Amino acid sequence: MTTLNDPIEAAGLDSHGDTGQHLTFIVDAEEYGVDILRVQGIQGWDSVTPIPNTPAYVLGVINLRGSVVPIYDLRGRFGLDQIAFGPTTVVIVVRVETDSGEKIVGMVVDAVSEVYMIDENNIKPPPDFGSSIDTKFVHGLATVEDKMVILLNIDELLREHSAPDDAIVQDPIESAEPVGA
Amino acid sequence: MALDLDEFHGMFFEESFEALDDMETGLVNLDVNADPVDLDAINTIFRGAHSVKGGAGMFGFTEVAGFTHVMETLLDKIRDGAMRLSQPTVDAFLQAVDCLREMLRATQAGETVMSAHVEQTQRSLESILAAGDSEPVKAAEVDAPVSASTESPADGDPQVQLDTQRWSISFKPHAEMLATANDPLIILQELSLLGDLSVTVDMASIPGLGELESEKIYLGWQMELSTNVTRDEIVTVFEWVEGECDLEIKELSAGRDQGAKSSSEYSDIEVAKTADPAPPAGADKQKPAVPARATNSDAGSIRVGIDKVDSVINLVGELVITQSMLSRFGEDEGFLDFEGLRQGLVQLDRNTRELQQTVMQIRMLPISFSFNRFPRLVRDISGQLNKKIDLVIEGDQTELDKTVLEKIGDPLMHLVRNSLDHGIEMPEDRLAAGKSEVGVLKLNAYHSGGNIVIEVGDDGQGLPRAKLLQKARDRGLVGANEELSNDEIHHLIFHPGFSTATNVSEISGRGVGMDVVRRNIQDLGGHVELQSEEGAGCTFRIRLPLTLAILDGQLLRVGKEIFVISLVSIVESLQVTLDNVNAIAGRAELFRLRDEYIPIVRMNELFGIESDCTELEKGLLVVVESDGIQVGLFIDDLLGQQQVVIKSLETNFRQTDGLSGATILGDGTVALIIDVPGLINKCLANALDNGRSLARTAA
Repeated sequence: MTTLNDPIEAAGLDSHGDTGQHLTFIVDAEEYGVDILRVQGIQGWDSVTPIPNTPAYVLGVINLRGSVVPIYDLRGRFGLDQIAFGPTTVVIVVRVETDSGEKIVGMVVDAVSEVYMIDENNIKPPPDFGSSIDTKFVHGLATVEDKMVILLNIDELLREHSAPDDAIVQDPIESAEPVGA
Repeated sequence: MALDLDEFHGMFFEESFEALDDMETGLVNLDVNADPVDLDAINTIFRGAHSVKGGAGMFGFTEVAGFTHVMETLLDKIRDGAMRLSQPTVDAFLQAVDCLREMLRATQAGETVMSAHVEQTQRSLESILAAGDSEPVKAAEVDAPVSASTESPADGDPQVQLDTQRWSISFKPHAEMLATANDPLIILQELSLLGDLSVTVDMASIPGLGELESEKIYLGWQMELSTNVTRDEIVTVFEWVEGECDLEIKELSAGRDQGAKSSSEYSDIEVAKTADPAPPAGADKQKPAVPARATNSDAGSIRVGIDKVDSVINLVGELVITQSMLSRFGEDEGFLDFEGLRQGLVQLDRNTRELQQTVMQIRMLPISFSFNRFPRLVRDISGQLNKKIDLVIEGDQTELDKTVLEKIGDPLMHLVRNSLDHGIEMPEDRLAAGKSEVGVLKLNAYHSGGNIVIEVGDDGQGLPRAKLLQKARDRGLVGANEELSNDEIHHLIFHPGFSTATNVSEISGRGVGMDVVRRNIQDLGGHVELQSEEGAGCTFRIRLPLTLAILDGQLLRVGKEIFVISLVSIVESLQVTLDNVNAIAGRAELFRLRDEYIPIVRMNELFGIESDCTELEKGLLVVVESDGIQVGLFIDDLLGQQQVVIKSLETNFRQTDGLSGATILGDGTVALIIDVPGLINKCLANALDNGRSLARTAA
């Protein structure tokens, strides 16, 4: 957590811009990670302006230094139960790449965890869960200090699809009742 | 001196295109029959050609330089009275301008410049040049067709011999001249193009080897130039180094009589050091005699990328928000004692608002940028159609936002073409109808409220009411027995069904893509009206917001949320009395507003917001209008009105139904801006449909 002020310098950026450093965070007791170069900042949870007629995991938009930035609830995105936001609840602001260019979005997680150096070679592809979980949102799995860290593909995860019922868990019961409903 | 030329290329192209626009304006406004020729106008055109040539020569775009040289030679002849101006000549020049534009575009894109078209245009210019020479003025001297080719310009011209003069030029650059990237060699080369040049180098001031600095220049040149060009042209060769050299140009002897021109004008003038602000005729920056260009030159301007301006605008937007946040703190009771602080905040308030207004002004451009292309268009089309049309432009200095300006160009073009093509009749028809045979097309722009109004009007035949109605009946848009008001009939032309080319010729011609025109204007937050009288003409009136970046907003509350709605879309706000509300089938609520039934849209339900007042008589109804359709939005409360800076939701999120964007309020929170036309369309799709049809029967 000490390196966040200047991730690029702290990471000792090599010529490829690939540091292997990942910021990890907790959602529902599981540890997830994103490439630290995608992280723009971390801030405490504050109120948002809800946007009508959007899926429930789109909490709303905030004013981030003059830009209007949408905030996604990762729990909601994963189809998990909502919990009350507590003192550790934070918004991780990340950069995602979409077809229509780069976007800045925020994601609400239960807590931030660590910054790990994870070598690309040690990242294992996600196993096939069959139809129950769509693995396109998972970049890979890594083992750090005997724990499993799920590295997310945030470009896919936080993309705004025209179809709002793009649930991560394709459980038949869940899909019958879209996340947004 | 390794320079990255690409950086300058961009500037060259930009300036060249501007020069071409100036030339075009000058040519279109040129009075062919004026005697003597309008020297000011010719000079402007000449200057345009010359600056393109100069730049092109410098960057090594030889084809462009060669082409402009031919134009320049021809213009020079006209200027000196050696050739008469005629309509075909002006036409040829206009074609040459088009051609040159094409060449520059090709050069810019890195494509091959020389096409058959270019060669053909150049040949036609050259043949005019040749023909001009054979005119009685100097008939005796014509011995061969002129070959003013790109490589050997003026000196191959038989005309040269006639007016040849010898000039003594003393050119002594200041030591630092090289530092401004001026190369004396290029100047000498340029001079040698003007005629026979003999050069003597003056090496007197070369210092000893030890003191020699490689970036300084120690040479001077004494030259003798035999040429037919005027003094001005020689001076222009040096115009880039003006003030950086000692320059003296003396006339040695006049080869022959200069004709009408007084040669006393060519006495010794020291040009450079005294920096005479007004060198004689040609070098002066003359403006064409059109008011259109009055402000956009000479005012002392700099070129800045629009992205830089936008980022300044954004920052100022931030500043305004911070300022209003501070003001709120300042009103806090704890600060009542700090008189100085409170005064400072008041001042900050005033300054930031002024700053914001000034910055927004930067993006504003006069609409003449858009209007200026129409004189040419009118001229060309009226020529093609054999119609006689006068173009009247008014209010071309009316300013509007650059983005709006760019987007309004095509719809305007469309309306103007329509007027020219279908509105204004043939001269004989006009005479038969008792009108003057010259039709008038009028473009007008003015500010009205927070909007700009642009009018495109003609005194032509107007919209054919009966034919429109018939066509609409044929297409099933209007019932056979249904009668429509004049307005409704006229608005039929905006219907998409009227927009294909085949329909046009059958009906009257009006209506080519008029639905597209209307949609473009609506996308800009504006709307278009039309006024037409059969036989007397037709006027389109476009009303647009001055800027797309700022909105005059009405803040309103639904539940805990604050929304912004564009002030111009609000017709009125009122409190509902239940007597005036009817519910159809218990669902679609209608409100009787005087003689109209308007559907009620409950914003809390539409947006899924928990609201504290669900009973109609406790809240407020805001009647909004788009496209002539009115809807009542049921909200909790109206808050203040303020100008808001529009932020796109799409930047980081996506387009959302019913919302046109967001803004940041004084307390730093985000408020969403309601998209009234979108909302109305959405409502039309569902509840409104049955509501309206029932309302009709009820009424």
